[in-house]
Amino acid sequence: MDLYEHQGKEIFARHGIPVPRGIVAESPDAARTACEALGGSAVVKVQVQVGGRGKGGGIVLVDSPDEAERAAARMLAEGFKDRRVNRVLVEERLPIRRELYAAILLDRSTGTDLAMVAAEGGVEIEELARTRPGALRRLHVDPEIGLHPYHLRRLTGALPQQTRDLVENVLAGLYDVLTREDATLVEVNPLVELEDGRVVALDAKVTVDDNALFRRPEIEMLKSSFPIDPVELRARDAGLQYVKLDGEVGVIGNGAGLVMSTLDVVQQAGARAANFLDVGGGASAEMMATSLEVILSDPSVRSVLVNIFGGITRCDLVAQGILGALDRVTPTVKIVVRLDGTNAEQGRRILEEAVHPQIVSEPTMLDAAHRAADLAHAGAA
Amino acid sequence: MAILVDDTTRVVVSGITGREGTFHALRNRAYGTQVVAGVTPGKAGQDVEGIPVFDSIADAVEETDANTSLIFVPARFAPEAIYEAADSDLRLIVCITEGIPVRDMARAASYLRGKQSTLVGPNCPGVISPGRSNVGIIPGEICSPGRVGLVSRSGTLTYQIVHELTQRGIGQSTCVGMGGDPVHGVGFVDALERFEADPETDLCVVIGEIGGDDEERAAAFVSKHVAKPVVGYIAGFTAPAGKRMGHAGAIVTGSSGTAQAKADALEAAGVKVGRTPTEVAELVAAALA
Repeated sequence: MDLYEHQGKEIFARHGIPVPRGIVAESPDAARTACEALGGSAVVKVQVQVGGRGKGGGIVLVDSPDEAERAAARMLAEGFKDRRVNRVLVEERLPIRRELYAAILLDRSTGTDLAMVAAEGGVEIEELARTRPGALRRLHVDPEIGLHPYHLRRLTGALPQQTRDLVENVLAGLYDVLTREDATLVEVNPLVELEDGRVVALDAKVTVDDNALFRRPEIEMLKSSFPIDPVELRARDAGLQYVKLDGEVGVIGNGAGLVMSTLDVVQQAGARAANFLDVGGGASAEMMATSLEVILSDPSVRSVLVNIFGGITRCDLVAQGILGALDRVTPTVKIVVRLDGTNAEQGRRILEEAVHPQIVSEPTMLDAAHRAADLAHAGAA
Repeated sequence: MAILVDDTTRVVVSGITGREGTFHALRNRAYGTQVVAGVTPGKAGQDVEGIPVFDSIADAVEETDANTSLIFVPARFAPEAIYEAADSDLRLIVCITEGIPVRDMARAASYLRGKQSTLVGPNCPGVISPGRSNVGIIPGEICSPGRVGLVSRSGTLTYQIVHELTQRGIGQSTCVGMGGDPVHGVGFVDALERFEADPETDLCVVIGEIGGDDEERAAAFVSKHVAKPVVGYIAGFTAPAGKRMGHAGAIVTGSSGTAQAKADALEAAGVKVGRTPTEVAELVAAALA
């Protein structure tokens, strides 16, 4: 789960990392008031779970409450990179002497934490890492022993002494966030040294492990602040993995890999998927029925493809779920069903005996994808 | 031979009295796997249709000579089951449990580096050497004994491809479901190294998906160390581009993690990459012909 910048900074502050004074605003009016409270000049920053804000007009320097109000109004109305925006962060402007970079993430290739520090921060950090790798100090930290002072000394060795201490303090705080809040990534870009020598986190990127939310209830609660599509919300509440896409074939499958593969095969068959929907392992008839209802509620769907390979999922329950959904909703589009694996024969027989006019059975994944693509085109014509 | 599991595999199931644990322990036994013990704290002395239940893995090993752990316990207890199995020096630990916090897994992985045990998973379907031993939840009936070694990050997609191979009369030496978690045990490289050394494997199939850089590392390994033919598949060509926060991930891997980048890396290493599961089976058939 990716946090908003202001949420990340609130967590940073709790772990002793200095951050600028800032006020969250959910309306242009609130942004004006916030700017006044900060002394009349500020930075207005769009709050979204995506990068590229600096180059994309998502960070605006303002010299008056009027400007803050206008900037916030535009951000809240236009959104950012196709995402809805429901809040901005209005922050004090600070005199910057130097930009730095600091990050710690769980490196999946080694299974250890990787800390990185550069004496040059900013948007070109990836370029820096590529062209002058020596300018970015990296150090792996074994989670069994944790972050020690010798790690910190290695990481900050290229910085002037007085800055080193302050950056080491920030790194210790970041490691604290990583381990105590179950973050998988904490990144500060830029970390800045101010004219008066202070070191402040000007940005905050924090990703928290979804699997650990059960023991981080206060972070789990932050979820409610993220905008979500009503269909996605319904799917999520039912325990389904659903992502809306922009095609015309509704797709339901079991297991993320098989569903992704199904989307690819639909495209090769000449159509595009309207969504990603994974009913998960061991899906019940009820979950299957809800899945179908979710898909059929999308007006852009011209045909549906149900692709199930039963392992722990039983195909007879899938078939019952499909019929159960058809008792509750009357689809205008065809539903192409491909069942294989555990209890596939029973499942196919259940569908066959129901002789429903909207259900089409196909023997293989490839056949089913082609059939669904053809039906989507016929439905659109 | 085969890899990881074979006729000598003797399984102890952690969480055997849970719903999933019971179902799959019995299913594995029905396949012919030697499922010799189960562990559920507080239920020592009971049995699950004849499989004796113990309080601890150590007790189970002492009584039954179990050498392989299969874990079904819930996510918050699974790391402990991994530690317990490693402390009993079991040669293989297969962890099916999904949803384990990645920090817990990082600690467990660090601990395992000093141990003799090999971990598969977590969040994986397990390992099967068809006709010999099935440790996990892969449906045995879709597999058939043969000489293709397969390793995959996905569960049901593995079944799809194994099914397509079996339907063409192409059997498998071992199918390894390595799981999709960021920190995991056996990966593509470990599996490929074992398949390369296995006299009963003639060809390897690598099934990857978007995210991370396991496939890129597999490609680098293949070009240097694998003489046997390798066929690949990557899921997620049309998946929506992942939103990306920050630069740290890209700096570390130097990879975009896209399906195209992964397929390109594999092809550059001489791996034939199929565009559909069906095409993968066709490429395998052609390579063996």
